[in-house]
Amino acid sequence: MSDEVSATVDCAPNETNAECPVFVRNLAVSYGDVTVVEGVDLTLESGSLVGLIGPNGAGKTTVLQAIQGITERDAGSIRLAGDALETLSARAVGRRVASIPQETGLSFAFTVREVVEMGRTPHRGRFEGPSASDVDAVDSALARTGTAAFAERPITELSGGERGRVLLARALAQETPALLCDEPTASLDVNHAVETMALLRRLVDDGRAAIAAIHDLEMAARYCDRVVMLANGRVRAAGPPDTVLRADTIHEAFDAEAFVGRAPATDSPTVTAYPPTDVTSHRVHVAGVGPETARVVARLGAAGHDLSIGVVPDGDAAALVAADVDATIVSVPPFAGVDEPARAAALDHAQRAAVVVAVTDGSGTVPSAIRERADVVVDPADPPTDEALLARVAAVSASGV
Amino acid sequence: MRVRRRVTLWSLALSVALAFTITVSAGIGPVRIPPTTVVRVVANAVVIPAGVEFGTAGIGPFALPRLGVAYRSPFAFPVDDVHRRIVVLVRLPRILLAALVGFALAAAGTVMQGFFRNPMADPSIIGVSSGAAAGAVAFIVSPIALAGTLWVPVIGAVDVGLSHGAGVSLFAFVGALVAAFGVYAIATRQGQTPVATLLLAGVAVQTFLGAVISYLQLQAGESLRRIVAWLMGHLSGASWNEVLIVGLVVPPLFLVLLAYTRDLNVMLLGEAEARGLGVDVERTKRVLLAVSALVTAAGVAFAGVVGFVGLVVPHVLRLVVGPDHRVLLPTAALAGGTFLVAADTIARAGATELPVGVVTAAVGAPFFVYLLSRREVYEL
Repeated sequence: MSDEVSATVDCAPNETNAECPVFVRNLAVSYGDVTVVEGVDLTLESGSLVGLIGPNGAGKTTVLQAIQGITERDAGSIRLAGDALETLSARAVGRRVASIPQETGLSFAFTVREVVEMGRTPHRGRFEGPSASDVDAVDSALARTGTAAFAERPITELSGGERGRVLLARALAQETPALLCDEPTASLDVNHAVETMALLRRLVDDGRAAIAAIHDLEMAARYCDRVVMLANGRVRAAGPPDTVLRADTIHEAFDAEAFVGRAPATDSPTVTAYPPTDVTSHRVHVAGVGPETARVVARLGAAGHDLSIGVVPDGDAAALVAADVDATIVSVPPFAGVDEPARAAALDHAQRAAVVVAVTDGSGTVPSAIRERADVVVDPADPPTDEALLARVAAVSASGV
Repeated sequence: MRVRRRVTLWSLALSVALAFTITVSAGIGPVRIPPTTVVRVVANAVVIPAGVEFGTAGIGPFALPRLGVAYRSPFAFPVDDVHRRIVVLVRLPRILLAALVGFALAAAGTVMQGFFRNPMADPSIIGVSSGAAAGAVAFIVSPIALAGTLWVPVIGAVDVGLSHGAGVSLFAFVGALVAAFGVYAIATRQGQTPVATLLLAGVAVQTFLGAVISYLQLQAGESLRRIVAWLMGHLSGASWNEVLIVGLVVPPLFLVLLAYTRDLNVMLLGEAEARGLGVDVERTKRVLLAVSALVTAAGVAFAGVVGFVGLVVPHVLRLVVGPDHRVLLPTAALAGGTFLVAADTIARAGATELPVGVVTAAVGAPFFVYLLSRREVYEL
């Protein structure tokens, strides 16, 4: 496991490389006797956005805090732009990484500009007034985040989304090579969430690096270059979103069954999670076409059944979902009619399956021989719940053994 | 720079208010003295270096030439000598001590409220006042104190004699610092001082010292009246020596606090956020705690436990000038000085003199209730 993780996560073999804003090796943190994270490797390159995903309590926030030296670590090395964290002063750390908390503890009527000016703390001397570069940094941070319009308003009067952008502006004013975001979209409406992620993406494309702890898997898949999945304090998988967001990794990390498809609109993985079940895997053949068949295939596939499907037309919703769950597909070109080899192949799969599920939506592509052999019949006009479907499949397979 | 201008304007305005209050206060008392006379007395006391004078130092054959600076007063207003003596020797030391103590308590209170992010924080929260009280009470009931003099052996063979008042102040000052350090030590584990633990350690130490003080009071016998007077806060009998000591201790420490106002603002965000912004949180906490403890100790050592100044004044000023410590700290300190001068004037204006702590609490508590009813102090 760890070999695979290292291979996909490393940016530069040289850990003292100043081009590597954040470099974490074998990080372990515990609170008292409870180990929170262990053996975590993470490398952040300039110009990349890394998503840190995992269930609640997996240690995402702990990793972010350890990188800033807020949380003491038991083991492992952390380097910021080439230098070991323990050799850096708080001020020096503040010039290398900036954090964007979920919500600020600030409940005082400071103006937005004053809050953003606080981002200049690691750059200013105790007795110095703001320099020209301080003023520039604050102005440009306000402009980039679209907060300049309400720069003179008290932060206490802003909406949650606006506050989030102010915190981002403050981090930008720190002018650090790396940004650490803890759930940047957690409390935001969907419009503010995508705005925030798109802004983060632009900043990264301009050469910064960012790590974002994100609980929204699809958001992570859509915007991140790489994703690190934490589970039980360890890295479960790391790499491009496509390789990390898979039904098996999600099942293990989140203890949820999942169907992972592809969202055509963003061409990124889309995750549909289901509550966990203790289904025994069987060979199941599904006959049918259309959305209801797609639903059945997704749910049975997520539950771990070994699926085959057919006959379906290429490009049918059921065929696309079947491909995503690695089912064996017997298909024919659209509108071509079912030829004899396809019919025979589908029948063969149906005969070898422990359970045959037929979705009766009047389509002509399902051979009648399979319909007649069906153990479970799903009527799209009166579809069973996921639980009922799984129970009926389980009942048939149990009686057949 | 906007902040700098606001600081300057507010500080100027409050300094004028303080000077005005001092002038009026110096005229109030059994003998009424018009403010103009007070101003003249003060003006007459102003001296400027006027030249160089030669003289000799030493005795007899060991006389050595000595260079000195001659002073002269630029003003010579005609003033009644009785009025002059009342203002210079009786009222001004007391008023200036009140101003300095109020200044110190309000400054420390502002820092503590920001530091703890807690509306009930005041300078006594880390045990300083209880420690001072325990020290003072211990001295008052001790047999040495009853003898009237204390001899403290200092390094080597030099002995320094202490008058009774100085002994109480010294014991109070030391007690305050010991208590504050105790609270800090209890709350610190592996170089970390969590604010919540500090708060609770402060409560524990205050409770314990309260028990000690109560016990000593029971044993006090004839000293009880003096103890009660000290515990309620008092400024009577203030001398220029006390003004000088507090005046030398408080302002430099106040400058240190001023240098940390930007960090205090960032600390309002919470410790993790402050750390993320490059503030060395633990170091800042140590500095702020130590300096606030010293400032408070210097104040209560001479004035006793004067309540509410350090609690109410920062709250009021926060409503007026906002939460930015760069503006809040200097303005609250100046307002604290003004408030205590005014309160002490009321305390000594009546037929019977009241302890100033009674006046500050009697005026401060209803005002605080009023603020609470407006819900405006909920933010801190």
